[in-house]
Amino acid sequence: MKIEMKGINKSFGSNQVLKDAGFLLEDGEVHALMGENGAGKSTLMKILTGVYTRDSGTVLVDGQEVIYKSPQEAEKAGIVFIYQELNVLFDLTVEENLFMGKEITKGFGICDRKAMRAKAQEVMDRMGVNIPINAVMSDLSVGQQQMVEICKALMVDAKVLIMDEPTAALTQSETEGLFRLIKSLREKGVSIVYISHRMEEIFELCDRITILRDGTYVDTKYIKDINMDDIVRMMIGREIGERYPKREGITIGDEVIRVEGLTKGKTFRDVNFSVKAGEVLGVSGLMGAGRTEIMQAIFGNLPYDSGKVYIGGKEVRIKNARDAINAGIGFITEDRKTEGLLLEKSISDNIVLANLDKVSDKGVVKKNKVNDIVKKGIEEFRIKCFGPQHECNNLSGGNQQKVVFAKWVYTDPKILILDEPTRGVDIGAKKEIYSVINDLAAKGVAIILVSSELPEVLGMSDRIMVVHEGHITGIIDAAEADQEKVMTLATGGTL
Amino acid sequence: MGNTTTTTALNKKSWTSYIGEYGAFIALILLVVVISVISPEFRTAGNFLNLLRQATFNGLIAFGMTCVILSDGIDLSVGSTLALSAVICAKLIMSGVPAILAMIISLISGMFLGVVSGLLVTKGKLQPFIATLITMTAYRGLALILTDGKPISNIAKSIEDRGNQFAFKLIGKGNFCNVPIPAILLVFALIVFFFVLNKTTFGRKVYATGSNAKCAKLVGVNITKTKIIVYAISGFMAALTGLILISRLDSAQPTLGEGYELDAIAAVALGGTSMSGGRGKITGTIAGVLIIAVLNNGMNLLEVSTYYQDVIKAVVILVAVLSDRKR
Repeated sequence: MKIEMKGINKSFGSNQVLKDAGFLLEDGEVHALMGENGAGKSTLMKILTGVYTRDSGTVLVDGQEVIYKSPQEAEKAGIVFIYQELNVLFDLTVEENLFMGKEITKGFGICDRKAMRAKAQEVMDRMGVNIPINAVMSDLSVGQQQMVEICKALMVDAKVLIMDEPTAALTQSETEGLFRLIKSLREKGVSIVYISHRMEEIFELCDRITILRDGTYVDTKYIKDINMDDIVRMMIGREIGERYPKREGITIGDEVIRVEGLTKGKTFRDVNFSVKAGEVLGVSGLMGAGRTEIMQAIFGNLPYDSGKVYIGGKEVRIKNARDAINAGIGFITEDRKTEGLLLEKSISDNIVLANLDKVSDKGVVKKNKVNDIVKKGIEEFRIKCFGPQHECNNLSGGNQQKVVFAKWVYTDPKILILDEPTRGVDIGAKKEIYSVINDLAAKGVAIILVSSELPEVLGMSDRIMVVHEGHITGIIDAAEADQEKVMTLATGGTL
Repeated sequence: MGNTTTTTALNKKSWTSYIGEYGAFIALILLVVVISVISPEFRTAGNFLNLLRQATFNGLIAFGMTCVILSDGIDLSVGSTLALSAVICAKLIMSGVPAILAMIISLISGMFLGVVSGLLVTKGKLQPFIATLITMTAYRGLALILTDGKPISNIAKSIEDRGNQFAFKLIGKGNFCNVPIPAILLVFALIVFFFVLNKTTFGRKVYATGSNAKCAKLVGVNITKTKIIVYAISGFMAALTGLILISRLDSAQPTLGEGYELDAIAAVALGGTSMSGGRGKITGTIAGVLIIAVLNNGMNLLEVSTYYQDVIKAVVILVAVLSDRKR
């Protein structure tokens, strides 16, 4: 199926999000759609699939002008959008989710479970996914839920698949499975629009790339004619310089935190490590290796069986987040939307909540102190917003993350745990977050950086700790580390 | 994204958003104007004071309910808590305990009854609806057991000490500069709740708990404590309302306050507070309380049949809640 979008304009209120945007998709290609957050990628695709209506412009599908009035209409035409945000019913089973709204019946509305199971299994097998089809969705990992979402799209005979950050929550092997599937779909003539921030994936997978900036079409290129720097330049309209900013003026001080023999059942065993003031300890490992759980345990959010945590040489007993904060630990969680922010509240409310003691006197919140701290946060972290009352829901991913950083930094942590701090954040904001991390390190904060993005861990850390199935398989100096070494350790090998 | 355009778009509030924010007040004013035009009796000062006193019962309970709902809970037990703590007060007075002390004990027991609901929700991990359905049933039963199902009457007469008798009568029947004491209590409570919810760290914690408990917990908010306190407040307000009621009626019945929880929830909903917590205002709740009071009072004066009154109330609530659903 060939799709041509030309001169698309779209405004929400007085805010024009698309200005003369366009896109050309050929038969049987994997086409990357890139741009910073807020560049209009998702909006453009939502216009194609009838979620939004365009203000002006033309959409041609196989040469015919179309206006889909709903996603269902687009789906019937064979255009399916797999959203970044999971769109699943958590209390129902995999099979029920797959066939939601398109159940196979024996007539009179009676479900033909047997037929549905068979078809579900067939699609799963074709994808190489191993998820029991009678499992309840809420029991699955986020990665598995995402795979079910993708399977759901394949239940209808899609001719065009639009994927918005499909690998954000997938493990390495799930990602590989997805890539194999995308390639085989392409051979069958299915066209795929692939929206992602991960450069490595774009180069591995895609044939062509279209770049949007500030809602406007920039260019379309063949992947083989272009390199990473070109893409970044087109995305942000200027040179970004080094991807990972240089760390300057940092002197590594005394040991701040030491963890000894931390153990919790099969989740993690005998975890030993320490971090010094001004040091960045990268933590790498595959999904489900137990990285997040170790951090949650240190922060007092997950009870552990045995082990000791020392801060500044003294043993501390941390039973909940309050204890952790008092001991000088800050924790930026991997899930910004469900754990990091009060999404429906303002920037001010979010920053203040973590700093209630600072802005209050005998339990009464002082307005001037609130204003000071929030104003400082917005300026220091360059949060793009109309003011302190801007609701976090309406911020871009990068700016949301800056709010999370601001709220923690003002608690004056000695140790800051960052779990996937740049997930779903565009490249410009990523670099700003890296600068923040370096600034904090320069101030003597000990930083633990958990990340699934290997280049990020390699680029940002002083030392790298690798976790495999709850074990620490190695701690290596960043100077000696490379992707291969880290991956070897992450998959249980030895150097 | 053009930054300047975003700024103006978000700063300029359209008139529709004002209606969303002050919808309950606008509805209240409209209602008062319309009924005033139709009924001359309605627009007298005496009737307004009367109306304010009638609003007190629902108002005090609804304030407590607002806190509970903001924290993503609900308290169905308020009516039963009111009855049980009122019966406790009457029993103590009849057995010779000084009235002032009995009233204080009653308020404390109201608070305690709320804490029990709070513990069921937090430590017992029950859904707030179920937890307070349980306490609602239990407290009503206990009130019936304590009184043997019979009302305790002529309470004031049984108080021998003049001062204590005065205090007991004052809370429900008293006036200050011609304004009923209950109405003064309502205004006072409004100020306290406004202050606590908007200006204190505790208020912030209530909103944060209802908005995203996971996130709040990770920045060190004690969710369990916050929730228990919220139910304690609700229990306290129910007990206070109970005291005003028995003072006015001079009798305590185990069936007091039946259905009050629903009026309170209706007032909170009318005031625009989100039933899933985190969003809402105490000023909205007072508007909701007054709308219900004006409707009741006005329809009585206009001699609308009680059967129709309920239907009309339902329609008003429906319209208010629908118009509040702008997002």
